[in-house]
Amino acid sequence: MKNLIQTGLNRRHFLQASAATGVAASLAGGKSAMAAPKKGGVMRMGKAHGQTSDSLDPGHSENGFTIALLFGIHGYLTEVGTDGSLQPGLAESWEASADATSWTFKLRKGVTYHSGKSFGADDVIASINHHRGEASTSAAKPIVASVVEMTADDPHTVTFKLDGGNADFPFVLSDYHLSICPVKDGKLDWQSGDGCGPYKLREFNPGVAAYFDRADNYWKPDAAYFDAIEMLALVDLNARTTALVSGEVDAIDRLDLKTVGLLARKPGINVHSVAGTQHFTFAMSCKTAPYDDVNVRLALKYGLNRQELVDKILFGYGAVGNDHPIGQGQRYFNKDLPQREYDPDKAKFHLKKAGLETLKVDLSAADAAFGGAVDAAVLFQNSAKECGIDLTPVREPNDGYWADVWMKKPFTAVYWSGRPVEDQMFATAYKTGVDWNDTFWSNARFDELLVQARAELNEDTRRAMYYEMQEILHNDGGVIVPMFASYVFATADKVVHGDFGSNWDLDGERWMERWSFA
Amino acid sequence: MLSLIVQRLLIGVVTVFAVSLIIFICTQWLPGDAAEIRLGQSATEANKAALRAELGLDKPLAVQYMNWATNFLQGDLGKSLAGDRSISESIGDRYQSTVTVSVLTAAIGIPLSLFLGIMAAMFPSTLYDRILTFVSVSLVAVPDFFTATLMVLIFVFAWDAVFGFQLANVVVIGNTQDMGVFELVGHYALPIATLCFVIASQVIRMTRAAVLNVMSSPYIEMAILKGVPRKRIILRHALLNAIGPIVNVIALNLAYLVSGVVVIEVYFAYNGLATFMVQGVQQRDFILVQSIGMLFCATYVILMLIADIASIVSNPRLRHPK
Repeated sequence: MKNLIQTGLNRRHFLQASAATGVAASLAGGKSAMAAPKKGGVMRMGKAHGQTSDSLDPGHSENGFTIALLFGIHGYLTEVGTDGSLQPGLAESWEASADATSWTFKLRKGVTYHSGKSFGADDVIASINHHRGEASTSAAKPIVASVVEMTADDPHTVTFKLDGGNADFPFVLSDYHLSICPVKDGKLDWQSGDGCGPYKLREFNPGVAAYFDRADNYWKPDAAYFDAIEMLALVDLNARTTALVSGEVDAIDRLDLKTVGLLARKPGINVHSVAGTQHFTFAMSCKTAPYDDVNVRLALKYGLNRQELVDKILFGYGAVGNDHPIGQGQRYFNKDLPQREYDPDKAKFHLKKAGLETLKVDLSAADAAFGGAVDAAVLFQNSAKECGIDLTPVREPNDGYWADVWMKKPFTAVYWSGRPVEDQMFATAYKTGVDWNDTFWSNARFDELLVQARAELNEDTRRAMYYEMQEILHNDGGVIVPMFASYVFATADKVVHGDFGSNWDLDGERWMERWSFA
Repeated sequence: MLSLIVQRLLIGVVTVFAVSLIIFICTQWLPGDAAEIRLGQSATEANKAALRAELGLDKPLAVQYMNWATNFLQGDLGKSLAGDRSISESIGDRYQSTVTVSVLTAAIGIPLSLFLGIMAAMFPSTLYDRILTFVSVSLVAVPDFFTATLMVLIFVFAWDAVFGFQLANVVVIGNTQDMGVFELVGHYALPIATLCFVIASQVIRMTRAAVLNVMSSPYIEMAILKGVPRKRIILRHALLNAIGPIVNVIALNLAYLVSGVVVIEVYFAYNGLATFMVQGVQQRDFILVQSIGMLFCATYVILMLIADIASIVSNPRLRHPK
């Protein structure tokens, strides 16, 4: 039996589709952002990223500049919508075998690249193969490692065989690395920047700027409103902010949280904050005393005032964490798990249970871990004092923090950009023995659930499993997750947008095709 | 004279290669390598090994250096370790904006500051001299990003508030290929203005001091006693003898304009060589760092050579080394 996953219209698509025909004008009403977007204008974006080493190779993309660039010029089999749900992209629909080890994708017909070449199954196979194999230098190698075989059943159907069940496989294919590039003369051509995305690349000067023109043959009917786009690498915070204030760009990302209040007061500028998956953690090594005792871990978890950290380190632009890495906006966020609060009595109780009167620990932090990590450690020190815990913040050098401190010292501050797919996040950092299990935590039940949930196609059963996994981490894990940082960016008044996607900064980095001018 | 120039050039070549060796050794000392930085935190060991082999980073250090040096001597700057572009291509763009800004700054700033400095020497201890001294000492003392901020506040925000439009671009990015000289000055107005202030303060002070120093020598006293007008004394008699130190300061400032304006480049977000060099170091791209290092070093060698020749021409006594 095959389980058909049908991806239908959601609200946004309905509005977009009907807006064009004029039907939605009366339905959408009120909210100006939802009115029929106008075509035209040159969008100028100031990005906090962009370096000379940036390349068009999808496998080497790793920053906000190249992510937006790839989403702009390339098509993807699947896409993450603004509501976090999976939307069809170059694949119109997909089906899984009952054990989720084999996935068949029906490709959209009649799609052409900017160069005029038509899109087909060969392109998909070559594009994914770019990240596979021994010689691949792609950063996406681990995420497609489970693909055993790809076959083109016909020019518009591709079947993926996986080495184990993975109900999230279509979600994996929405990853920004997995852009679909054309095959030219039997070889994958990512070098030319030809793609079937909403915008044609006119000029790319790594670390400086990229210029785009709207692609007239884009398959999505109601997207890509700007005539052209200039994306500038304005890495310096001050230059970026001044450029927006003086009207030289229309939007910027990564605002200075210390002065964002002043920026928001400025007429003509709108500041947006979107809760995302990015989170900051304190990782305790469960193989090192005293953190091998779950009561010590719990004492430390209760000894931290999370709201204070959100207020003072993130200036309110974030949300408290609940000692697991799943954000509030994600599909399987455990809503039933009570929020852990600062509680000196409970902390003392767990200390006593561990057979300790007082506890002395060192917390290694550096601003390389996350901006304000050292200050956060000092706040932790103060709140832990009440609980009989003598926590000493140790300021480590920024240079080499990830090589010499993280996963080397037993208690460290860490930054995670998070993953839109729960399975990826758990498998990357919490499964027994994986490379980045920075807490050296191991839980048999958790590992078992991870494999089961991955292959489970029933939504409710799956949700129950992920809920349980979050609970196990919350109570037993070696990680303290005090806060989730929001994406904070600003747009000029004339920029029109809908609800923001939260899987990446700047509307899921799909602002090019989603936004327009008033 | 000719033998002197040839001798200087030969020393220059030796200097350039010594510098290249030092840069190479220093970049090797830095933790991490280009493959590690390029692939980021998410890389596996296998990823890194593959990229290292591709970039030739797995070869012994001496081989890496010799490869670079032979290619360099043949005029092939090689390919960046951090990206996929050729070095000469990516340096080309940057070189253009750096040269544009420095040439325009020098063309405007240096004649102006020479004039102001000579005027100060002509009327020492007057109100004009005092104001000029006060302003130039202040400008030497404040960091360049502060001067840059002042420029933005005055010419962009204050100007906008008073006249209703902005006099200059805050972010200097964009295609400059088809621009004429005046358009270029407008485009780069703020960085040029800032850099003019930075170099003018030094050149003004040096010119004033050098001219006044010569003014106290006996032969000037003689000229004064003869009744030569003060203007003629300064322009004909004093200035020629003062040119040596002035030209040296100008040469150093020009070299600074090419290689040392990282802060200004970052502040106004235009892409010059200095920022590129810093990025190269961050990415452990020793091929790039070395190529730019050579360029900076050559700039210094040539400018200092010109300064020496200028002092020798203006001062015949230097033509006969003891």
